Amino acid sequence: MALLDKHKFVERNATLLLVGSLFVVSIGGIVEIVPLFYLENTIEKVEGMRPYSPLELAGRNIYIREGCYVCHSQMIRPFRDEVERYGHYSLAAESMYDHPFQWGSKRTGPDLARVGDRYSNEWHVQHLIEPRSVVPESVMPSYAFLKETPLEVTNVAMELQANRTVGVPYSDEMLENAEADLKAQADPNADTSGVSERYPKAKIGDFDGNAAELTEMDALVAYLQMLGTLVDFSTYDDAAGYR
Amino acid sequence: MVPTIAKVWLPRFAWPRHEYEMQTRRWGMSNMNYTIETMALAVGAFLALLGVAFAHDSLFAAHMWVLFFALFAGTVIMVRRVSFAPVTLAQKAARESEYMDEVVKYGVIATMFWGVVGFLVGVIVALQLAFPDLNIEPWLNFGRTRPLHTSAVIFAFGGNALIATSFHVVQRTSRARLFGGNLPWFVFWGYQLFIVMAATGYLLGITQSKEYAEPEWYVDLWLTIVWVAYLVVFLGTILKRKEPHIYVANWFYLAFIVTIAMLHIVNNLAIPVSFLGSKSYSAFSGVQDALTQWWYGHNAVGFFLTAGFLGMMYYFIPKQVNRPVYSYRLSIIHFWALIFMYIWAGPHHLHYTALPDWAQTLGMVFSVMLWMPSWGGMINGLMTLSGAWDKIRTDPIVRMMVIAVAFYGMATFEGPMMSVKAVNSLSHYTDWTIGHVHSGALGWNGMITFGALYYLVPKLWNRDRLYSIQLVNWHFWLATLGIVVYAAVMWVAGVQQGLMWREYDDQGFLVYSFAESVAAMFPYYVLRAVGGAMFLAGAVIMAFNITMTILGYERREKVPGAAAPAALQPAE
Repeated sequence: MALLDKHKFVERNATLLLVGSLFVVSIGGIVEIVPLFYLENTIEKVEGMRPYSPLELAGRNIYIREGCYVCHSQMIRPFRDEVERYGHYSLAAESMYDHPFQWGSKRTGPDLARVGDRYSNEWHVQHLIEPRSVVPESVMPSYAFLKETPLEVTNVAMELQANRTVGVPYSDEMLENAEADLKAQADPNADTSGVSERYPKAKIGDFDGNAAELTEMDALVAYLQMLGTLVDFSTYDDAAGYR
Repeated sequence: MVPTIAKVWLPRFAWPRHEYEMQTRRWGMSNMNYTIETMALAVGAFLALLGVAFAHDSLFAAHMWVLFFALFAGTVIMVRRVSFAPVTLAQKAARESEYMDEVVKYGVIATMFWGVVGFLVGVIVALQLAFPDLNIEPWLNFGRTRPLHTSAVIFAFGGNALIATSFHVVQRTSRARLFGGNLPWFVFWGYQLFIVMAATGYLLGITQSKEYAEPEWYVDLWLTIVWVAYLVVFLGTILKRKEPHIYVANWFYLAFIVTIAMLHIVNNLAIPVSFLGSKSYSAFSGVQDALTQWWYGHNAVGFFLTAGFLGMMYYFIPKQVNRPVYSYRLSIIHFWALIFMYIWAGPHHLHYTALPDWAQTLGMVFSVMLWMPSWGGMINGLMTLSGAWDKIRTDPIVRMMVIAVAFYGMATFEGPMMSVKAVNSLSHYTDWTIGHVHSGALGWNGMITFGALYYLVPKLWNRDRLYSIQLVNWHFWLATLGIVVYAAVMWVAGVQQGLMWREYDDQGFLVYSFAESVAAMFPYYVLRAVGGAMFLAGAVIMAFNITMTILGYERREKVPGAAAPAALQPAE
């Protein structure tokens, strides 16, 4: 074949081989990924999505640190069994403020996309301390240390600012009150009207059963309890969201 | 036509004149003066100490302590190596004309070491799933040890194998010394530092949670520097080659290096919270982040674990069986088809998710098409044995390489099958995927690497043969049976999981709670650990065999394929 005989030009010229390979491997990514950034129907139109509150964000960072995504997905597929087991199938809009995404790839444990409001705070704390005391079949490790570890966030506003830089719509007001909001959300004695106003539907109260101290357990449970609770599905149009 | 091709396409193995001298000298550059290198290490150690002092968060401080001790140890070792003896021009000229094999030797030992470590961690995490009490919070919980396992086997074991073999192959097939003076040493040690920082980071809890790209932003930046140096060394060596053609193995190595650079940089784009802090936020979010990650993740498989290892196949199989590559034209077609199509396959990791359907379908179609170039590579590898098939019986190293290509063929059939949406709806999120990955990783990547190591060690250390061929045979069978147990068990486990999750009774209720599907996995998880332990045992045998070979021992044994023993001759 004449074309294959011409290949000797490429295999005698390292630069040509390098540039040719780079060109060939660029095409797929450009065609598949780039449109996701400009096609408007990529993210469904929904009501209720908001940035994470400072405490939820801190909890999410603990979720990431502990590698929860290794065993738990946050992506319900549109199948009858999954929707009955976990709730409405997940929308792209629900992870639009997730830097990075936490869809996961393996279900050694159940999906957590809509675990919020399913169990009490006490259940979550007990489950994280001693998983087999509430789910005997569980193979989850114990995370008792979270309750003993004070929540360390050096500069809450900087965390929000970094998110704002990558596109999460945190307002100036949210940044100014970041530190106070973080503490207030888990403090039953604090004035929490500001938190509720800035972060609608945020769960408020002492999460870990120890009101005296703000721990990593508070943050993680605050995050788990809001998962999948933001979007108002009574106003969501399934057909319009299909793409 | 055919004989000419055979001549061109058989890798050259002319040894340079100084090869023997170099092999007998323990340290090829014994009177180098390492002033700049030592100073760079000392400055690095000092900067790490500053990082500890001014850290934004406690995790970053802990990680900088690790960096400090690593660089400090490096400085001490370098200081002890500095020599002030002058280098004569003759010595320098001699050195420049030799192949640079010392760095390949280090790479071989590193591959072996990280292999055993990675497999051991694999067995431990497998046992953690069967017996959750083996989790030791917080540092040795499954969520932190599993990334340790995957990175140790992919990047530490596989990465070192790729760097070492590519340095060996590119010199032999180009008949040129590695380009860049001491730059290959920077690539080797820089890469080890990356491994140490990544591994300790996971255990400390420093991760950006993107699978197979977990290291945080500053470790990513370091890897980028090392990787660019790797590209410079590799490309520079090709550019100064004395052969007119670039050998096919080097196409694959080159495509692997340049594509990994592209994937790594794009997927790890992130904004750090502080330049002295461990935390960063990905530049992308949600659906875009997911597809970028799996565009990266699938091509970590496609280019790190496939293209690079095909480079190994294209050199070591022809060398070990002493035959030319089967088809030159097939290698051209399957090279370009493979690198073009692999990049598209990422969306099959996101079937039925919130990724738009058009992207899922595109990913599925390309994944199925990918079957063909994958098998093109398999055929080219296997058929290289034509005329030498008897070597499968007589040479356990050839057998290892052949089973590697066979597993490559199986995994690249199973992969396209699982990327069909209907199959994926059952297999996704289950242990089937884990089984699939391991038949590829243990069978293809592991076995071809073992074959290459067994080929390289006697050559590099100038030994007549390995310490023991029979131990290679033991390794082969332990590893093969281990993989078969592992893959079969995970296949059954995965299908059962998938079926239990979607099982309905007559009244239309779900039959099983999720917890029941977890309990059902227990026997499979135990058996899987057994399969993994067998594979680990084989690797430990290899480590022993190779160590003894390096130390210069030869076990007295019947070498398979040698002349028939006297007892079998007819009586007089």
